[in-house]
Parts: sequence; C-alpha cells; structure tokens
Amino acid sequence: MASQNQDTGSAAVITVTRSAREWSLWRATTRFVSRKPLGAAGALIIIVMSIMAIAGPWITFYDPIEWNLKDKLMAPGADHWLGTDQMGRDLWTRMMMGARVSLLVGFASVAFGSGLGGVLGVISGWYGGKVDQTVQRLMDALMSVPTLILAMAVMAALGQSLFNIIVAIGIVQIPRANRIVRSQVLAVKESQYVEGARAIGAGDMRIMTQHITPQCVAPWLIISTSALGIAILTEATLSFLGLGVPPPEPSWGGMLSGPARDWFVTAPWMAIWPGLGLSLAVYGFNLFGDALRDVLDPRLRGT
Amino acid sequence: MRQYILRRVLFGILTAVLVSLLVFFLMRIAPGDVALMIAIEQSGGEASGITEEQLENIRQSLGLNDPIHMQYLSWMGGVLTGDWGESMFTNRSVYEEFKTKFPVTLELVILSQAVAILLGIPAGILMALKQDTKLDYTIRLVSLAGLSMPSFWSATLLLLGGAYFLNWNPRLGYVGFFDGPWDNLNQFFWPALMLGYISAATKARMMRSTMLEVLRQDYIRTAQAKGLAAFAVTTRHALKNAFIPVVTIIGITTALALGGSVVMERIFTLPGIGNYILNGMLTRDFPVVQSVVLIFAAGVILVNLLVDLSYGWLDPRVRFQ
Repeated sequence: MASQNQDTGSAAVITVTRSAREWSLWRATTRFVSRKPLGAAGALIIIVMSIMAIAGPWITFYDPIEWNLKDKLMAPGADHWLGTDQMGRDLWTRMMMGARVSLLVGFASVAFGSGLGGVLGVISGWYGGKVDQTVQRLMDALMSVPTLILAMAVMAALGQSLFNIIVAIGIVQIPRANRIVRSQVLAVKESQYVEGARAIGAGDMRIMTQHITPQCVAPWLIISTSALGIAILTEATLSFLGLGVPPPEPSWGGMLSGPARDWFVTAPWMAIWPGLGLSLAVYGFNLFGDALRDVLDPRLRGT
Repeated sequence: MRQYILRRVLFGILTAVLVSLLVFFLMRIAPGDVALMIAIEQSGGEASGITEEQLENIRQSLGLNDPIHMQYLSWMGGVLTGDWGESMFTNRSVYEEFKTKFPVTLELVILSQAVAILLGIPAGILMALKQDTKLDYTIRLVSLAGLSMPSFWSATLLLLGGAYFLNWNPRLGYVGFFDGPWDNLNQFFWPALMLGYISAATKARMMRSTMLEVLRQDYIRTAQAKGLAAFAVTTRHALKNAFIPVVTIIGITTALALGGSVVMERIFTLPGIGNYILNGMLTRDFPVVQSVVLIFAAGVILVNLLVDLSYGWLDPRVRFQ
C-alpha cells in the first residue's frame, strides 16, 4: 500500500508502508509445513503418539499388568491387536502404557534438565567471574562421566521409581543446555543494546530476563528437541538394563529385556513392537529437531 | 603457552576431584543397608537369625563406621596408589578385575569406532559433495533412522533373525584376541557392527556439516577457479580443514563410548567393564562402582585435556585467551 503525501507542488514524497501484520501462529505453521515437509512429518509423528499416549485409558481394553496365562503368546489378531506376551498380557495396552512412560519421562526430564541448564547458563554467562568458574567446573565434572553411566549411577543411588528416572535423565541433560546457552549469552553480552540498557540503569535481573534470555531461546529449543530423543532412548536403555522403570509396570525398554527374551523366538511380535515404537518416537523428534534447527539458525542451514 | 598448559592441567585435576566427590556421595545415599545385604548374602539368603553383632562386624570391616571424610580420603588415597578397593560381594580386588576386563571393552570400542569411521566419514563426504540430491536425502534418512534405533533393539532383532531363519547362535564363551584371533573377531563382529552403525550416523552428519562449511569458503572457490580437478580440490584443500573438528569428535566419542558398550556387553555376554559396572550398580556394590566410574571419568578428562592442548598447539589464537 502506498500513501502519497498531498502534492504540494514541490517534489512529491512517496512513503511506502507495508501493512503491519503480527506474527501469526497459523502462518508460521503453514510455512513450516510447506518448506520443511520432513520436519512436519516428524512433528506429526510426535503429535499422533502423544494423543495416543494421553488417550491411553480410552483406547485400551485390557489390564496391562494382570497375568492371564490362558491367553499367552497369542499372535496379533482381532481380539488382541498386537498379540499377547508370555504372561497373557495384551500388547496393545502395554504399548500404550509404555508410550505414556516414554513421552512423560522424555518431556519432563528435558523440561527439568534443559531448563535448569539454560537458567544456569544465563546466570553463569552473565555474571562471569567466580560464579562462572564454579558452575563450569561442575558442568565439566558432570560431562566427564559417560551419559548412560551417570544416569545409571543416579538410579542406583536413588532407587527405581518414575520420579527418580526423570531426575536422573534430567541431570544428564543439564551440561549440554548450559554450554549452548552460556556461549550464546557470552556472544550477546557485549552487544550495543545491552550496553544501552545498562547505561539507562537497568538492573541485572531485568537485563537477563528482558534482553539476554530471548536471544537464547532459539539455540535452547534446538538443543532441547534433540535432547528429547536422547532422553527417550536413555529411559529405554535404563529400563532394559534393569535400572529404569520397575517391572511389572510396562516400559518399552523393559518389554525387550528380562524373562520376555526367552519367548522372542516363539513370539517374534513381542520383540518388534516396543523397538518400533521407540525408533519411531526418536525418529520423529530427530526429524523435527533437524528442521527446527534449519529454520531457527540460519548459520547452520545446509547441514 | 606454559601458562595455558598449567591452567588446563589444574582445571583437569579439579574436575577429577569434583567427579570423585560426586560419585562418592552418590553411592552413599543409596537406599538399603549395605551391611544387611552382605549379611544376607553370607548366610545364604536367610534373613532371620542375623545378629546385630554380625552387622557391626561387617560395618567395621568395610570401614563404614569411620567418619565420612576419613572414608573419602582413604578411598582416594587408595585410588592414587593402585588400591581401588574390593567388591563387597566377591571380595575380589577392583584393580585386578579392571585389568582383566578392560581389554575386552577396549577392543569393542576400538572395533566399533573403526566401523563407524569407515562407514561414516565417506558417507558424510558423499552427502556434502552431492548436497540436496536424492543420494544426499537417502543417506540422511537412513543415517537418521540408524541414530534413532536403540542398540539393544537392533541387536535383539539381529539375534532373533539369526536364530529364526538361520538357526544361528552366537558363541558365548569369551576368547581373548591373542588366544584365538579368528574366534575372537567372530565374537566381536556383530556387537562392533551394531555399535559402529549408530556411531557412524553421528559421524556422517558431523562430517557433512563441516564439509559443507568448508566448501563454502573462498579458498575453495579459488582452487576451483584455478582449474584444479574436483578430486584435488576435495582432498587437498577441503578435506584437511574439514577434518579438524571431526577428529576431536572422534577423540571425545571414543572416550564416551563406554555407555554403548554396556548394552552390547550385556546382550552378547562379553566380560567387559560395562558389564562389571552394571552388575556393581544392580547389587549396590559401591566400592566397585565408585572406583571404576572415577577411573573412567579421569580417562575422559585426560582425553579432553589432550585435545584442548593440541588445539593450543595448532591454533595460536587459543593460547592467548
């Protein structure tokens, strides 16, 4: 749209203005879907899985824990959509319950761990000095222990329960988020608008929340979506090794371990579903995370 | 330069000490009375008839009655002099067990990293050179799928498929490399392949992104403008520079590959460190766990230190921070 100043006889000045449109979620989404179909596919996988996990109680018809030896080792069929395991438990039900565990642990542990890591990154990056050194040494210490081993050690220390798993996997996420956010903070700290804010007397808290944190959201989101995939795999591995969700509570990793393994040759579907669910979930998060990174961080485009 | 080295080494030692404190306290807050568990073990599973005196004796022999900082210092002192404690359940020296089991894990890690490099690096280079073509997308999707599959699932499917279709079972008894190289490699082939495939996917992605970054540089354009053949441009100019971050990644992931080996050692019953730590954690055998975890963290810190120091040597800008 062009608005013309009145022709006063002297040189006409034409100012061109665009109609100011707020950033709209709908438009951003449709743009994302058309530009990054793979990422949209990943997001779709995640959404469908989440819906199925939430709707669990309404779409499952058997008890996931009770033994039902009459019906054991049945192949997938009309009664039991995914078959039954060696205790006669319906696998569709157990898969849905397992989905709840995986997704819950994934989201909660990343919210806790990545969130805490991000906050620590902002604080440590902004204040610098002794605070920074202390926090960074702690992060180094956490990072020196291989991820799985650290999670295992925390589980061994705290005992097996859903809450402890979330804590353990969360702790493992803290250093990664901290590192990314901190480096972003260091880059942003020296910019002009921060200087300007200080010049007019803005306090530390205000600068951190209003100016620094918004700059850190993009890299934090990128690292957190990839962390989601890792968290789900870690929970599954912990349950597989016997340090995760305590049986008989169903968990995708747990369904692949222990006494069930003896029956895999007779009933191969028992081995297929849990792994498929895990791979699909992680794949979805990875696809989405990659697309998110391409969109949010132009420097990394093409990778 | 000397100041840089000194600073890095000091930080490394500090980090190691922090890890030791972390592991020490983590093991101490584990629920369950350790003395009780040992007493039950000793009396063959009978929980009744265990006297308080017995428990006290056990506690005394384990040094659990000493003040906490004494326990910590005596443990650390032991670690530095080669006494890494004894397993509470088997009474075997942790150091001795470590010496026998570490080579197994080391072999698994080396073999799987070799697979990862052989598969991942060429795939990454290929993806970068043929960016956005069908080949690029295919490899990307395949490698992403590889990354997403849990290693214990692909290994399970492999064993299942082998047993189902080929009536094949993996050999169970471990044979050292020098005792029987063919049998040994046979045994390590599948676990190394499984682990390597997953690691290859990460390396391929990393290689692709560094390669792409390098290919955008001006000096590449100059080389092409000079009329150099594509192959020469790739190998002589692009690859060398693209390799630097990848080499550091290889170094670091090798040190951290212990996590992956735990699962493989469990499934293929290899008597390695991963299995050892896992058993220690499942039985709350904390002398085993705290010493082995500390040793591994120390190893990782050492590798990181060497990588950092090599950066200081290669890139003069780093030294003067």
